Amino acid sequence: MLKRVHFEPSILPFLLVAPQIVITVVFFIWPASQALYQSVLVEDAFGLSTEFVYFDNFIELAGDEHYLGAFSRTALFSFLVAFLAMAFALILAVMADRVIKGGTTYRTLLIWPYAVAPVVAGALWVFMFDPTLGLITYALTGLGVDWNHKLNGPQAMTLVIIAAAWKQVAYNFLFFLAGMQAIPKSLIEAAAIDGAGPARRFWTIVFPLISPTTFFLLVINIVYAFFETFGIVHAVTQGGPAKATEILVYKVYNDGFIGLDLGGSAAQSVILMLIVITLTVIQFRYIEKKVEY
Amino acid sequence: MIENRPWVTFLSHAVLILGVAIIAFPIWITFVAATHDSVRMVQVPLPLLPGDQFFNNLKIALGEGIEGAGGRPAGMMLLNSLVMALSIAIGKIVISLLSAFAIVYFRFPFRMGFFWLIFITLMLPVEVRILPTFEVVANLGMLNTYAGLSIPLIASATATFMFRQVFLTIPDELLEAARIDGAGPMRFFIDILVPMSRTNIAALFVILFIYGWNQYLWPLLVTTDGDMYTVVMGIKQMLEAAEQAPEWNIIMMTTMLAMLPPVVVVVFMQKLFVKGLTETEK
Repeated sequence: MLKRVHFEPSILPFLLVAPQIVITVVFFIWPASQALYQSVLVEDAFGLSTEFVYFDNFIELAGDEHYLGAFSRTALFSFLVAFLAMAFALILAVMADRVIKGGTTYRTLLIWPYAVAPVVAGALWVFMFDPTLGLITYALTGLGVDWNHKLNGPQAMTLVIIAAAWKQVAYNFLFFLAGMQAIPKSLIEAAAIDGAGPARRFWTIVFPLISPTTFFLLVINIVYAFFETFGIVHAVTQGGPAKATEILVYKVYNDGFIGLDLGGSAAQSVILMLIVITLTVIQFRYIEKKVEY
Repeated sequence: MIENRPWVTFLSHAVLILGVAIIAFPIWITFVAATHDSVRMVQVPLPLLPGDQFFNNLKIALGEGIEGAGGRPAGMMLLNSLVMALSIAIGKIVISLLSAFAIVYFRFPFRMGFFWLIFITLMLPVEVRILPTFEVVANLGMLNTYAGLSIPLIASATATFMFRQVFLTIPDELLEAARIDGAGPMRFFIDILVPMSRTNIAALFVILFIYGWNQYLWPLLVTTDGDMYTVVMGIKQMLEAAEQAPEWNIIMMTTMLAMLPPVVVVVFMQKLFVKGLTETEK
């Protein structure tokens, strides 16, 4: 990774990496180690004394039904967001790969939600589903569904999932489309000559060949659902009703900033870091695997 | 075209149009809401077609804001967002270019150590270290400043990796030639490396601008002074105020204003956007 031809040692390279290293240490390494440190402490309510408690904060979390609830809720939430966003994007990408006229136009019209901030996406959907005014609420009432995500937990969860998936479709669509366009046309043509129809060609050729893309997107979507959906939850439900939409990231924020349980919040942060590290390692280890043609 | 099946082609278009309609529906509703007056926006059912209050709402949203939400005008918040997004994007690009240059073109002690230190940041998204990072920023007296909004977000492993990748593909002969001509390291960097990576810089800028503009949790923590609010945060404040007195026409107008800059960037710089997206994820 070093160039064969390079500059002689001097003070210059240190000056060049200095800005990035200083920022990394001050705003990344130091806070992260603080989180590690605080996760083994208990602080009293006034912040006057702290006590070293080994892994008590973690043991407490493992026995805390609210935390376990948030954990399984987050797992369900990310699975559904990833599945919905990927399935919808895959269908659209298959169709966009087929059409010859208007392909670029469709792409333009489909990718822009990527640029919408999560909290803004939340605002869009919460407006449409507003229990008293929302247009979709109105339509649902006409169908006999009583919609109120402010009172009904499963409905709140549904709304958050829809908003989160809606935003992610654009990203998945782009990568699926790029993956399909990278498949040599000769493969598809050969199958067509052998008499395979569009559906059969998709399942036996296209789908297996884009499996690295699919796997990559699965990891990215899970990371997205775990960490980037804070804004959506905060705007749409604030974790409610009765914690029905409280996902892990939201709970870290809520326990730390609102509940001021520093030790507990830090322990949760440490667990989240472990999850990110695992996902990053998976991404780096398996993403580069090439498919055999 | 593999074969001619008009029916399948028709189906493809139909599915795509339906998909576009589903994706775009929330925006249409937002636009419609932003063109009616507040009286119309509390009558069920809400309108599906635009009204004539667009410019009036635009004026209120930009200049006055909503009473209940502290009456902060969107104009101010848009400016804050712009400053934050530009500082993050430019800051990230500059520090990543410099550190990638050092790591690829110099042999120096702790080179790999620095590389791994940068790599680790990839695994520490702001969401998982919010409380301690907030304390650091508070102790440095950076709350309610543009520096506090942007600097903690500008260290980035992805940008450094991307530039490293780009530099590694630049032929060694260029450096040899530059050295024969008597160019020092910084001269080589400014006159050869930076111009050669300009499309990558532009692509990265598009991605980072969107990233910076859409930051939410971080500004929420470090700004308590209304004058420093970003527009993305402002939306949330307005939604809270809407619990008492919904002024959806103004909220939705502000929502449109908050979406507009990043969406415009994506749509009009689509090529760079796609390039940036695929390259930073490698």
